[in-house]
This record gives sequence, structure tokens and C-alpha cells, in this order.
Amino acid sequence: MTTTDAAEFLDALTRRLGPDRVLTGAAPMAAYESDALTAFRARPRAVVLVDSAKEVVDVVRLCAAANVPFLARGSGTSLSGGSLPVHDGVVIAMNRLNRILEVDPVRRTAVVEPGVVNLAVSDAAAPYGLYYSPDPSSQSVCTIGGNLAFNSGGAHCLKYGMTSNHVLGLEVVLPDGEVIELGGDSLEGVGPDLVGLFVGSEGLFGIATKITLRLLPKPETYFTLLAAYDSLAAAGEAVAAVVASGLLPGAMEIMDNLAIEAAEAAVGAGYPLDAEGLLIVELEGEKQQVAAESELLLEVVRRSKPYLEHIASDPDDRMRIWKGRKSAFSAVGRLSPDYIVQDGVVPRSRLGEALTKIQHLGEEHGIRVANVFHAGDGNLHPLILFDGRVEGELERAEELAGEILRLCIDLGGSITGEHGVGMEKRQYLGEMFGDADLDAMRRIRLAIDPGELANRGKMFPDAEAPALLSHGPHPLEVAGVISRE
Amino acid sequence: MTGVVHRPASAAEVAEAVRGAQLVVPRGGGTKPSLWSVDGADLLDLSALDGITEYLPSEYTVTALAGTPLADVEARLAAEGQYLPFDPLLVEAGSTVGGAVAAGANGPGRLRYGGLRDFLLAVTFVDGRGEIVRGGAKVVKNAAGFDLPKLMVGSLGRLGVLTECTFKVFPHPESCATLRIPGMALDEAIEAAGRVGAGAVEIECLDLVHGLAGWDQEIRIGGRSFALDARLKRAADLLDTDVTTLSGDADASLWRTRREFGWASPDASVLKLPLTPATAGALEQVLADLDASQVARVFSAGIQQAFVAWPAERVADLTVLDRALTQSKLTALALRAPADAASQPILGYRTGGELLRRVEQALDPAGRFGRL
Repeated sequence: MTTTDAAEFLDALTRRLGPDRVLTGAAPMAAYESDALTAFRARPRAVVLVDSAKEVVDVVRLCAAANVPFLARGSGTSLSGGSLPVHDGVVIAMNRLNRILEVDPVRRTAVVEPGVVNLAVSDAAAPYGLYYSPDPSSQSVCTIGGNLAFNSGGAHCLKYGMTSNHVLGLEVVLPDGEVIELGGDSLEGVGPDLVGLFVGSEGLFGIATKITLRLLPKPETYFTLLAAYDSLAAAGEAVAAVVASGLLPGAMEIMDNLAIEAAEAAVGAGYPLDAEGLLIVELEGEKQQVAAESELLLEVVRRSKPYLEHIASDPDDRMRIWKGRKSAFSAVGRLSPDYIVQDGVVPRSRLGEALTKIQHLGEEHGIRVANVFHAGDGNLHPLILFDGRVEGELERAEELAGEILRLCIDLGGSITGEHGVGMEKRQYLGEMFGDADLDAMRRIRLAIDPGELANRGKMFPDAEAPALLSHGPHPLEVAGVISRE
Repeated sequence: MTGVVHRPASAAEVAEAVRGAQLVVPRGGGTKPSLWSVDGADLLDLSALDGITEYLPSEYTVTALAGTPLADVEARLAAEGQYLPFDPLLVEAGSTVGGAVAAGANGPGRLRYGGLRDFLLAVTFVDGRGEIVRGGAKVVKNAAGFDLPKLMVGSLGRLGVLTECTFKVFPHPESCATLRIPGMALDEAIEAAGRVGAGAVEIECLDLVHGLAGWDQEIRIGGRSFALDARLKRAADLLDTDVTTLSGDADASLWRTRREFGWASPDASVLKLPLTPATAGALEQVLADLDASQVARVFSAGIQQAFVAWPAERVADLTVLDRALTQSKLTALALRAPADAASQPILGYRTGGELLRRVEQALDPAGRFGRL
């Protein structure tokens, strides 16, 4: 793009949105230069603050006409660098598109704009005894649009699934500015599941501007059990025993000693500080059923010999237990100046093996790893602690992160359970999938977005935007395109 | 007129057959003729792709080749106290794993935890270029790459020929029983369904069955045996009317007949329509306008789908129905219908056409599978 073309493009954006809603220059755009994967920064050409779906369409059309890459951004909580700006592209800030358009208690659906915060949906549904099920740890800030793009999960996904299992219908702006409707209001559909394809496409297929979500009746009661063990392996075995018993808990979480220490220091959840493995199991549902199930659960868990058990005594106690768990990521910040949150999946029966290997890998690299994971679905979240001021530590931490992902692939799992591939894991996508698999995905991407304008450079291990190398500076850093803090 | 019939025994043989064909359609158990009968197309009989390749009860996952009868999968799961919660249709009739995914249809039990789309974890398929493609992962949680498994759900063999599928499975409820209220008016039945659905009692199935005396409401509850009676009573109290309780064989056979379409005449075209309690009335109006108020039908899975048995003697009127559905923004799939019942298996209102066109271009540029 020539200087004149670039100036004309910015003029066109400004004419459409007004000067106040088109940010350019280092200072106003600073907050948009990275997301929760803070190791990377990139400077966009402009940040636009849109107020309506029509404005999203117009901005996308202007970008398409000028061949300028773009991406939508909600609260920037992506842990995979999914909302890292495309260098010289446009960031479309969606936060003002935050209206809940409708909550229908009969159909049990909510129609929302993409900038609505996850927890706000449940708040709006609460008067009808309904809630929105996916609960990422960042649910008080992250937006539905971002949840949708990355198929976000949370602690309560075992029973009712992730974001994609709760999206029924969409209004979408394709990368060339064409507006289409996908799905509808019903849980059922006819024809290929295009809503399912769109959810989790990491912004590569365009931008959702209106989203119909499925709401669930709030569970009548919860039974939340905390069990402390002398070893992580024992906690893992308890999970296997619960699964084998035929129970289907709403959540099963495990934290290791380092994660417990961090969570305790941060929120004082009442976790036993000396536990090597802490298990949280939660049953949810109607009173009689939960009462019957909780007896079986206690029996099964007691057989696994925890040295301490605690049953949440009331809703406040339950909230305290979950607050500790959900704050574990940020709490680790107290233990270490920097950390990487990893996200991988292994078959549940190989959790123990995976954890032991992760521990060994950490020791080999001289790096501490705290473990928090959704044990019920084999979703690991190793928190890799390092000090970015010490030369070489970031590189060692990233190397370790990569080895953990390879471990997940070797054990027959996945490189991401809920954070997405984004910027961070592009080089591993090609290790998890074969050439023909990636080629099919790439063909779909190119058929939908031939110019690769929508969130360019994410997900695919492309030649033009190579993946982070484990040693030395990133090629894009050398080129001055991206930089680390 | 059918072209060549292939009976491939591996994904590689499927790929070879696809590469050599101009127009080709897969067939599993053959239970849904309208979905695999395409004039002049070669037929890929997948019955040799038969077998459960991996079943790990402790992982809640099962993997089977596409031509594996669902009955075999269900029997294997049942031995471990597990099941396919989306509640596949036409299982006894011989429906296969690949056929169920490609048709994208679920039984009444999908109400409890979700449909096929929610339980399909990984797929292997041959695309229209004859390439073997894998999508998803054989673990219960995964967010890597595009969600190709979901794209295959409902694709009717037009985006790829499935060769292997991995499902998430769940523990089967220890016992189940059904409450039935006969002869309700539709409004009254929908209102009662909403009341029960919004209540605390968790429901496996909730169907409204059209009959001569009105609508029979049938509500299935399942879980720990110890708590079942108390929960049935709770649900019955919400209904506030006389109910009959079916348990044991009576309960099992009711729902088996439902998903085998035993309530529909064998030569009728069974249509599946996505629905909500708010659009049920629109469908009733369409049927009334076409003088079809007496056709056998069920509003299933908490009124999220309708199964309509369109009579054989009125098969010519399916084109009229197609137009009427389009006007009312309703969609139907000719799920179990004679080969020549409809020119297109999808009737009525469609969404996402432009996205589908682009996906078809990517996976099947030469149009070997035909277009939807």
C-alpha cells in the first residue's frame, strides 16, 4: 500500500466513524498491542471503536477493498495470542457492541451482541432461573464474541460442553463484507453444521455480529467436595474412580501444591497448604438426584484415601472454593514475575503419566511448573514460571511449553482444549495434524477468505508469518514486525 | 438410475473410488433411501467398513468405522453401562455410524445432554478431491484447528465420505420411567412442557405425540434408581393432572418405537424439522393449510424438532410443502423417505448458503458429491 493509499484508507475510516473512534499512533493504541499472551506485541495501523453491526460491515468492506487485514477484539483475554493485532492491520474493537438483545425464557435462548461479557449473559438470564453454561476463568471480563472465536471452555464443560455446544444461531460478516445468517433458534438443524464450523475458527472466517445462545435451567443444588491428597497421582486416581463409578459430575478439578499455595495467598480459599494434590468434584442438578449421587461420590472418594475432605457447607463456601480455583492463573503472578499458561489435553487415563513427565521436564529445564487442570476432561493447564529479566529464561520457558504440547500429542491428546491455537501454537498444529488435514483446512480458509484478511497469520504455520522459534529471536522480531515486552 | 456400485474396505479404497467417479454418493445401512439415491451417481456401499476400532470406557470415547451398525456400538457400550446420549434413530433398522452423522438427526433423548454435533469428537473422511482428511481429536475436549467434525454433521455425504468417527459417550442412567398425559390440546401441552422443562427436574425426553384425541405428552426421567420415584412425583405435581407412569419394558419399548419410527406408516416419508415451542404453531398452520392436519407427527426433544410422516399417497405434494415451509421460515429434511420422494432432501427455508458454497468449493471443487 502506498503512503497515499494508506492515508486515503484512514480517511475513509474516519469519514465513516468520526475521528474520535479511529485511533492511530503509539499512545492511543498501546492498550491494543497485545492480549493476555503478553510475550508478543504488534502495532496495528488503526484501532476502530464500532458501535453497531452495520459499522462492522462497513469497516470490513473498507478493509477488503483496500486489501488491509483486520481482526475483531473483545477484552483481549486470549491466552494464545488470538487477538494479537495483525501488523499494519485494523483492530475492530467490539466492546461497545454489548447489548443483550433478548432473553427468551420459553425458548431458553439469549440473543446477544459479541461484545457482551460472558457473565453478563448469566446475570440477564438469572431472573428466569436460567444461566449460560460455559464458564472460562476470565468470565467476568471476556466477551461472547471472543469465546465464540476460540470455542472457550471452563471448569464446567464435562457435562454440558464448551462454547460450541451452546451457540444456536449467528449473524456473520464474511471477510469480504457479505452478511449471512447461520443456524437458527432451535437446538436442531438441517444440512451441514455451519454454526459448528464457524465457532472456534479463531476469527479466520469473519466476524459474528449477533449470536443466539442456548440457556440452561440453573441447577437446583450443588454438592461440592474438596479432597486433599499426599500425592498428585492419588488425586488423579480418585478422578478415574469417579468416572468408573458411572457418576457424571459437573466439574472435576485438580490443583498441585504450587497452585494451591498461589491461590491461598491470593484469595484465602481455605485450601490445605500441605496438600500435594487437591481435588474439587462438584455434582449439580435436582435435589433428590444430587442427594443420591453424593452418597455414591463420597463412598468412591473415601476409597481413594484423601487425608482431608471438606464438603461445601453453603453457597458462600462453594463460591470461596471456586474463587480459589478460578483465580489460580493470576495468583501465580505472586510466585513469579512472569508465567506462561499452557493448555493441552491428554486422555484422562494418562493424566498421571503426563503430570509426572511435566514435572521431570520442568526439573530438566530448571523451571518451576504449577499445575491446575480440568481433570474430568483431561485438560491440563501447566503454569510455567519464569523471570523474563533473566537472560534465556523466556526461551527456556517456551521450549518447555513446546515439549509439554508434544507430550500431549504423543499421548494421543490435543495441543489445546480451550484456548485455541492463535499465535502461540501455530507450529504445533502441523504436528497434531497431517499434511492432508491441514491442506483441507487451508483450502476452506482460502475459499472463504482468499486474501487472508481476517486475523491473518493465526492458527496456520504459514511461511509468511513463521512460528515462534525456541531459540533466539523470532524472525518477525528480527524484521521489526513484532516485539516482546 | 444408479451407476457403478463400489464396496470399499478401507479409507484408501474409498479415496480411489471417489477419484475415479464423476458423481458419487455414500450409503451405510440403506435406511434412508432419499439421502443416497441420486440419479446417475455411483454408489459407495460402506458396509465393509465395519468395526469398533477403539473403545475406552474410562475415557468416555468410542471410535468406529463408518459402516459399523449403530446397534453394534450401542450393544458394546451397554455392556459397560454407557450409551450414545444423542439417541440415534433407526438403530434396529440397520442405521450406521456414518449414516447417522451424515444425516445429522437425533432421537428424543438428545434433550438431556445434546445432539450428535455435541458428541462427535473426531472424523476421518475422504473429500471430493479423493484426499483422506482427519479432523478433531479422540479426546473429550479439543479446540485445535477448524471443527471439521461438526461440518460433517448433516452434510449428507455431499462434503465428504466419512470413514471413521469418534464419539463422546456417557454413563447410562441407572433406571428410567415415563409419565404420560393423554389427549391434551396443543397449547395446553406446550405450556405444560414449558413448566416441566423450566422446573428443577432433569428430563431425558419430552415428546408430544399427535393422535386422534389430541396430543399425548410423554416425559421420560432417568437417573439413580433410589431417587427416581421422588423425582417422578415431583414432575407429576408440576403437571397437575392425571398421569400414567410407564416403567420397565413399557418405558423402554415406547422410546424404542419412537426412534425406529414405528409410529409412522412404513411407506410414509418421515420428515425432520427443527422447531421451537414458538414455531410449533407455524408448522401446524402449514399442515392445516395443506389439509394435512391428520398426518402422524411428533414434536420431539422438548419441542426442538418435529417428525412428520408425510403420507405416500400425497408424495407429489412435497413440492407444495417445500414452498409453504419456505414462506413460514421452516426447514425440513426428508430423513426416511422413498428414493424418489423429493428432488432435494432439504425442503423449505435455508441459511448459510454463501458459506456452504465456499466450503463446497474447497472440499469438492469438481462437484463429485453433487451440491446441496
